[in-house]
Amino acid sequence: MSHVELKNVSKTFNLRSGGANIKTRALDNLSLNIERGEIVALTGPSGCGKTTALRIIMGLEEASGGMIRVAGKEINGCGLDRGMVFQHAELLPWRSAVDNIRFALEANGVAASEIAERAERFIDLVGLRHAMHHRPHQLSGGMKQRVGIARALAIDPEVLLMDEPFGALDSQTREVLQMELLDIHQRTGKTIIFVTHDLDEAVLLADRIAVMVKGRLREIIDVNIERPRNDMRAIRGSEEFARKRHLAWDALHSHPEDAVAAHGSETSDTTPLRATA
Amino acid sequence: MTISNYHESIAVKKPRFSVKDMPSWSITLISVATLMIVWELCGPWINPLFGSYPSQIIRSFLDMMSDGMLVRAFVQSIQPFVVGYALAALAGIPIGLLLGRYRVFDAAFGIYITAGYATPSIALVPLLMIWFGLGFSVKVVIVFLMAFFPICINTTAGVKAVPKTLIEVGTAFCASQTKIMRQIVLPATLPYIMAGLRLAVGKAVIGMILAEFLTALSGLGGIIINAANSFRTAEMFVPIILVMILAVVLEKLLALLEHVVAPWQREISGDGH
Ligand SMILES: Nc1ncnc2c1ncn2[C@@H]1O[C@H](COP(=O)(O)OP(=O)(O)OP(=O)(O)O)[C@@H](O)[C@H]1O
Ligand SMILES: [Mg+2]
Repeated sequence: MSHVELKNVSKTFNLRSGGANIKTRALDNLSLNIERGEIVALTGPSGCGKTTALRIIMGLEEASGGMIRVAGKEINGCGLDRGMVFQHAELLPWRSAVDNIRFALEANGVAASEIAERAERFIDLVGLRHAMHHRPHQLSGGMKQRVGIARALAIDPEVLLMDEPFGALDSQTREVLQMELLDIHQRTGKTIIFVTHDLDEAVLLADRIAVMVKGRLREIIDVNIERPRNDMRAIRGSEEFARKRHLAWDALHSHPEDAVAAHGSETSDTTPLRATA
Repeated sequence: MTISNYHESIAVKKPRFSVKDMPSWSITLISVATLMIVWELCGPWINPLFGSYPSQIIRSFLDMMSDGMLVRAFVQSIQPFVVGYALAALAGIPIGLLLGRYRVFDAAFGIYITAGYATPSIALVPLLMIWFGLGFSVKVVIVFLMAFFPICINTTAGVKAVPKTLIEVGTAFCASQTKIMRQIVLPATLPYIMAGLRLAVGKAVIGMILAEFLTALSGLGGIIINAANSFRTAEMFVPIILVMILAVVLEKLLALLEHVVAPWQREISGDGH
């Protein structure tokens, strides 16, 4: 039994604008099974439904059709078994960094005596002890994102859902946190689903890369790089890395005409994918 | 040019005096003082029947203070004001929160709030007098009606402006409805609530004076009417200015309170230049 199972999941958004009813099919019969302890990267052009897929797994959004099971049970809204890192951090502006982590712990009935200690432990984990009493607007974008990651990790979920968790970070911090994530994964065996536009990151971290286009799964690429993946340098230089990166790139660009048709006005969003090639 | 030269040249160049460097309160003070002086200088040309000027008003003020009349009137006025305003805040904030948060509640009761706000409260005074008499309680009700709607409507607007994503954070971390309400919706709405409370001060002061004019003559409003009836114009200005000062002081106090309860707000938003 897979840990997270998506079966023919569809999602249609109805938007009313100026009397007209606009339908957007964000997910179209998406089926994907994710094993316990696996890291899966979701990638694809902007607007292809990655965030929507994560939100549906989290239970923040209801699917229009299909079935989502986590640990064999069909999901019913949000649950403590899943933790979410939002694309734009989404910290509570009136709470300091450490208090934002506390919020998640308080909400989940962690014993009061344990909350303070645990919140500080996770602030340390993302290297923000010096800024733990800063409010979000006093933090840089990358620091906010790190608080968001710490907050999701603090509740110790079995499934970690991360929406472009390292997208806003400088490359050094990104590498540190990538290593940190691999380390956490190694130690805890969490199932991790993360969205990324960075194919390098996808290959470095994931066991499988799910390439989505227009709400559909275009291709799944297995990455056969041994764990623990400690030596990033060696991995980057390996043949498997180059090959899988290539495959992923090809999958993204195999039908450029429909990618252009679907995202014609969003070229600025899709160019980074090409630029990294 | 060497670096030390460069620094010297800065030190030598004395900063020219600029209004921009002055603290806001001192600019306000100068503005008020100037107005007072101009008013005072124009004094002798003002017909004492139609107007007055600062020194005369201060003399009246001292007279009214010495016989205790002003203090008595002030106490009389402030009581229904405080009670009415407090009740308005106590009712307006929770009702506003519910209206903003729950669509069904809004659909069922929002219409009364809109209607109540649109109805001029003065129109209700005769009816209120029949219901509540001419004494203390009718004044409380009038102040309440004036203050309740801005507080309630602002709170509702604030709740509706809470970013959906913040509420989703609560949902994603399995926070209960009450926790989402108390720890996400309420703090996010605080700036709006404070704005409502500040607006309501002005409204409540109007309500207070109005009630004293239209129901049993009493308090500061009573002094105004009595002084006007006997053409003691300087005496009339005393309660008017007192009420003005009361409203301004309360408003400033609430602004101060806002910085205490919602300090992040000032940090996030840009202050005017
Ligand atoms: N609440 C919504 N209402 C209407 N349409 C929506 C809504 N949320 C998403 N969509 C639409 O669904 C599609 C998928 O959006 P989604 O946010 O999942 O894309 P994404 O793959 O995460 O893109 P990006 O890489 O830019 O973050 C888009 O066409 C978007 O316009
Ligand atoms: Mg997205």
